Amino acid sequence: MYVTDKILPELAAPSNSKGIVHWFRVNLFNGPFNTIFTLLAAYVLYKVLPPAIEWAFIDATWFAETSSECKLENGDRKDGACWAFITNRFDQTMYGFYPEAERWRPNLAGIMLVLLTIPLFFEKMPKKQWLGGFILLVFPFIAYFLIRGGSFGLSIVDTGKWGGLMLTLIISLVGILFALFFGTILALGRRSNMPIVKSLSVVFIEFWRGVPLITVLFMSSVMLPLFLPEGTTFDKLARAMIGIILFQSAYVAEVVRGGLQAIPKGQYEAAAAMGLSYWKSMFLIILPQAMKLVIPGLVNTFIALFKDTTLVLIIGLFDLLAIIENVLGADNAWLGFHTEGLVFAAFVFWLFCFSMSRYSMALERKLDTGHRN
Amino acid sequence: MSDPRHNSSELPSKPPIWNDPKYRAMFFQILLVSALAYFFYTIVQNTLDNMTARGVSTGFGFMSEPAGFDILQTLIPFDSTYSFGRSFLVGVLNTLLVTGLGIIFATLLGFIIGVARLSNNWLISKIATVYIETFRNIPLLIQIIFWYSLIVGSLPAVRNSFSLFDSFFLNQRGINIPSPIYESGFIYTGIAIIIGIIGSFVLKWWARKRQEATGQQFPVFLSILCLIILLPLLVFFITGSPITWDVPKLGRFNLQGGATVIPELVGLLIALTIYTAAFIAEIVRSGIKAVSHGQSEAALSVGLTPGQNLRLVVIPQALRVIIPPLTSQYLNLFKNSSLAAAIGYPDLVAVFMGTTLNQTGQAVEIVAVTMAVYLLVSLLISMFMNWYNARMSLVER
Repeated sequence: MYVTDKILPELAAPSNSKGIVHWFRVNLFNGPFNTIFTLLAAYVLYKVLPPAIEWAFIDATWFAETSSECKLENGDRKDGACWAFITNRFDQTMYGFYPEAERWRPNLAGIMLVLLTIPLFFEKMPKKQWLGGFILLVFPFIAYFLIRGGSFGLSIVDTGKWGGLMLTLIISLVGILFALFFGTILALGRRSNMPIVKSLSVVFIEFWRGVPLITVLFMSSVMLPLFLPEGTTFDKLARAMIGIILFQSAYVAEVVRGGLQAIPKGQYEAAAAMGLSYWKSMFLIILPQAMKLVIPGLVNTFIALFKDTTLVLIIGLFDLLAIIENVLGADNAWLGFHTEGLVFAAFVFWLFCFSMSRYSMALERKLDTGHRN
Repeated sequence: MSDPRHNSSELPSKPPIWNDPKYRAMFFQILLVSALAYFFYTIVQNTLDNMTARGVSTGFGFMSEPAGFDILQTLIPFDSTYSFGRSFLVGVLNTLLVTGLGIIFATLLGFIIGVARLSNNWLISKIATVYIETFRNIPLLIQIIFWYSLIVGSLPAVRNSFSLFDSFFLNQRGINIPSPIYESGFIYTGIAIIIGIIGSFVLKWWARKRQEATGQQFPVFLSILCLIILLPLLVFFITGSPITWDVPKLGRFNLQGGATVIPELVGLLIALTIYTAAFIAEIVRSGIKAVSHGQSEAALSVGLTPGQNLRLVVIPQALRVIIPPLTSQYLNLFKNSSLAAAIGYPDLVAVFMGTTLNQTGQAVEIVAVTMAVYLLVSLLISMFMNWYNARMSLVER
């Protein structure tokens, strides 16, 4: 009989249940099907990834003065990507036709916006609502006067000259700003007790949600001039903006309505019992709670809007995609580098959308208090 | 017992009329309606003035005038002598075609990717994740232009077409496939298909009755497969294969015969499928994850086989979560198909809001009709969704 009064040391795990081999076994080769799938996937990756990396990085021409540097002697293009197509006129993809000497103005507005927004991400920042209010209500005017000019000694830069990533950002930011305002009003209207207000809101929301954005843009570019008294002219950008705002308000309204519905009835009743008027109970009690709930949804709506801004290409505005497609792509000296342009545009949009969606997911986790209603 | 507080004479008098919520609401709504009425009146007045000033006619008379343009792809006979009304119909049909095909492909791909993302195979699930995060974060318009230009730019000219069995050809102008020519005997096969479908319903009904009565199961799925596929095939061969194929032939400059799938359709379809599948995959994943593991454990412990567990327990519950967002993805696909205009696929927007609007200049009518088509389909689908939700929602206690 074997007796010991000491605790024996732990044995090491069996060699087949630890380490990299074990990981491979469990995650890649557990069973015949998975083995086949793994091998297939690995083969596809092997076929796709190295050539793609070679094309995009190793064989690529990053900077070149003329397109001939991207081509072989016989005029065929080299195997690798020709990023010089973009880098050569990078400024234009960012600013469109905005005059070079004035580009500090949109830059300044952009830097201001970033500096103003950064403090909002800090939890402990005091007086957040004042800063937020400043960004939403005052900053847009500052940005407008900076970018368009016309006063304080700044020369006017016509909206026709705006373009590139700058225009994409302007359209989506202005769009979401107004849509937030109108959307909230519509959401309140849809939840109102007044039958006419309610049904008008429903009709408005369902109408814009039921038609594609491209028809809305067509409508605002073709029909708006007809709606106005003769002789009134409207900037092309403003017309597109009106269409986008109408369209986006409906989507924002539905997101905000979700938040309003998630607020327990007791909150409404408590507000009424305190003797608050409708607007006071909404602005002091309901909306602050509801808006916090819907921030992730609003970020998702903003992502959709951001992607949709590419459609302004169809009505002749020069956003990032349109600059690449119709300005850079139409340049005779650089014909044949269409793919590079599209890949670059896709990458820029992907970068913005992906980081926003990650942010929205993180926010969702943070705001999720774990209990439903 | 006369408590002064219960004395009715001391109740506060009725509030003045301007403080009564009922009258306030009424006043506010009347104000809103009259403001809207004035707004619309001004718009209509301005529009009419502008139209007369520009010499544009109004009304839908143009719909019966000859169109005077050709359309790249038509599902019904069309040439420039047909009317604008007919071109409208061609556009609607082309939109529905790309939507229908897109829905089928996107659903298939989306389900595969969604299941792959849940796979316990690390490589497969990572590939699915990368797919989803890449394609849903790139604007659809970029994807459409990308695939279209890839097709047009990298495929060979007609003379050097890729060919498969000498009957399928792939080139810059699209895909050429053999088209079927039905002979008179084909009608029997058609009848057999209809009988097969009706028979399947009857069989399913009978099998359920029998199972309820006796507890015995009947191999319904296999028998239905036989009824729908084998029966028509049998009839098809008995009647002597009454179908011939019009196979495209490579001439000197062109392909003759067969049917052509234009590259615009292919490019649009690839982009719509890839983009929408990324969203559908996420929906499928969340639907499957929503069915708690306890359900499967319970099903297996009462003796269901893994297949039955999947078919009778997991999938019905997952579908309840999947179908509402799936329908709205279908709706998005339908609306997104309007981006066809960017690459010249002749859908409703391209044909009607593009070409027809340019030719007639009747913006108001054309924009209104186009929007009405999209709105109608959207409303129909959301009505279906509400009906489905009401039918399927869990009734708890």
